Amino acid sequence: MSMRSVLRDSVPTTAARTTSATAADGPASRRPAIGIDVEDLDIYYGDVHAVRGITLAIQAQSVTSIIGPSGCGKSTFLRSLNRMHEVAPGARVEGTVRVDGRDLYAPGVDPVLVRREIGMVFQRPNPFPTMSIKDNVLAGVRLNGTRLKKDEADTIAERSLRGANLWDEVKDRLNRPGAGLSGGQQQRLCIARAIAVEPQVLLMDEPCSALDPISTSAIEDLIGQLKDEYTIVIVTHNMQQAARVSDETAFFNLAGVGEPGQLIESGPTTKIFSNPDNPSTEAYITGRFG
Amino acid sequence: MSTTAPPAPKRDDAPAQLRSWHHPQLPRRSGLAALVIAVVLTSALHAGIGLALVPAILAGWAVVVIGLPVLSYAVEGRRKAFDRLITVIVSSAFALAMIPLVSILWTVLKNGLPVLTPEFFSYSMRNVVGEGGGIYHAIWGTVLITAATAVMSVPLGLLTAIYLVEYGGDGRLAKTIRFLVDVMTGIPSIVAGLFAYALFVVFFGPGVRMGIAGAVALTVLMTPVVVRSSEEMLQLVPNELREAAYALGVPRWRTIVKVVLPTAMAGLVTGITLAVARVIGETAPLLITVGITDSTNFNLFDGRMATLPVFTYSSIMSPGVPPEPSIARAWGAALVLMLIVMVLNLVARLVTYFFSPKDKR
Ligand SMILES: Nc1ncnc2c1ncn2[C@@H]1O[C@H](COP(=O)(O)OP(=O)(O)OP(=O)(O)O)[C@@H](O)[C@H]1O
Ligand SMILES: [Mg+2]
Repeated sequence: MSMRSVLRDSVPTTAARTTSATAADGPASRRPAIGIDVEDLDIYYGDVHAVRGITLAIQAQSVTSIIGPSGCGKSTFLRSLNRMHEVAPGARVEGTVRVDGRDLYAPGVDPVLVRREIGMVFQRPNPFPTMSIKDNVLAGVRLNGTRLKKDEADTIAERSLRGANLWDEVKDRLNRPGAGLSGGQQQRLCIARAIAVEPQVLLMDEPCSALDPISTSAIEDLIGQLKDEYTIVIVTHNMQQAARVSDETAFFNLAGVGEPGQLIESGPTTKIFSNPDNPSTEAYITGRFG
Repeated sequence: MSTTAPPAPKRDDAPAQLRSWHHPQLPRRSGLAALVIAVVLTSALHAGIGLALVPAILAGWAVVVIGLPVLSYAVEGRRKAFDRLITVIVSSAFALAMIPLVSILWTVLKNGLPVLTPEFFSYSMRNVVGEGGGIYHAIWGTVLITAATAVMSVPLGLLTAIYLVEYGGDGRLAKTIRFLVDVMTGIPSIVAGLFAYALFVVFFGPGVRMGIAGAVALTVLMTPVVVRSSEEMLQLVPNELREAAYALGVPRWRTIVKVVLPTAMAGLVTGITLAVARVIGETAPLLITVGITDSTNFNLFDGRMATLPVFTYSSIMSPGVPPEPSIARAWGAALVLMLIVMVLNLVARLVTYFFSPKDKR
């Protein structure tokens, strides 16, 4: 199937990786911009209809934040964007998601190849406990079967850790266990791990919810830098954070108790936060409910 | 406000109404003292007035189990008294459980240690009548057959466990396998022996004896244990780690091999070691399938082999004349078997220590 080959072709080879390692230092990146078009997406867990009728265009090389009350399907929606949703038993999706024009759910699309291009950072830091800091960063590259020479490995590890604002803190203990870092450092380690495979899109599910203000601001700065290269979608419960980091904002809400979550409104962050069209958006943002 | 809540105390007299946190207590070492009293009483009854040992111990125990709580009730109150009563009962149960363990260890050590000479480890029983001889052949038989068992049942069990945890989920096939594994766990070892014997008779005719048949019988016993313990260990691996790997675009089988198995390694190795320890002392199935011999046989595929448990059994059952040297050798073999199991457990501990996920260091 052609979709599949397109996806496969754009997985960066080792050679591409090494060249972009140097190219990434410049401000202008030659990476293709990838936008995501979601059309009429319904997401289910077995019989549970979790999310209904989402239509949303996610801009390339920008930060889109998803806000909404607990249980409205933000994580579920995010996970459907790199086919992590189907990891849950009985989970399925209806509707279309196009990443740069390629249908994510077309038959024959290999989720493994999709996930190499669309990375994810989870709410709770989850470094691999058996691996050192350096091995954690290189995990994505190594586990995908690429054999790295020592200097290649060092380059990728340093670039990714610098990218995640963690290098200075860990450069002297790269071979110590990753689980020995603080929570905020672990989360940045997970970000480094995600960007080490050079995805085009980075999905972040409440990446700062377990972090102190300093680590949070480190990660927010990082998001600001990363958006030059990556398309970023971030779920957050922190309104200020959404206002600070994102260009676009999408507000999700539940239609009612036991009803699936829906997209209420989306648009430029400045507009959503200053004069939203929908009264419930305003109510949520100003903290009058949810 | 103060009118709706009349008993609200004024702030400045609150300290006067605080309840005391102090309560009379028995002296700190009263539990130990009770134990000493029990021992003294027991010895006095036993040695002093010649009461039999068991009634003497019971009497000493009764004094503690009744006396300490009653005393505590008088001084410390109901809750502490109940606490002491339960403490005494739990400790007694522990002591009771230790008796057979210590007594087995003691008996085997006492009878087995004098036999353990270099000769005992380096000679077989070939052409030995009466004194002398050793268990060289039986040690090798046990090691070879157990190794063959492990080689067969570890991959089988581990792969089954991986299927159950990583692929099977709650599907019908997985449920059926779990049920069958449970049934297999309950198979009496003699039945496993008969099964292996019958299987080999089909190929080699009646009267067949060979090491590999014993290994097959032990595999039937060991595999379900490996499946069960490995399944539990794999289930302990947090799902977040699998998701982290998937999100990096790692295929499932690589996630299993490179993330799940290493994370669970310590537990898997411990479980497998315990499973080996479980089958290494099996006697009945080996008696049927492998038999016993006096000489060393390194070939699993040809003829009888000696093993430590069967050697022990036959040395006791047909000691010859005079019987003493043979019975002594049986104790020696039993001790060696126990030592092997202990070493295995020790190895499992070490592996757990070195392989377990390294966090804060
Ligand atoms: N594995 C699952 N199986 C069944 N239902 C699920 C599962 N995961 C989530 N759900 C349901 O889907 C709905 C959306 O859940 P989701 O986790 O996406 O919410 P969320 O918006 O991320 O909430 P939060 O802000 O609390 O993280 C909820 O009603 C939840 O109960
Ligand atoms: Mg969530």
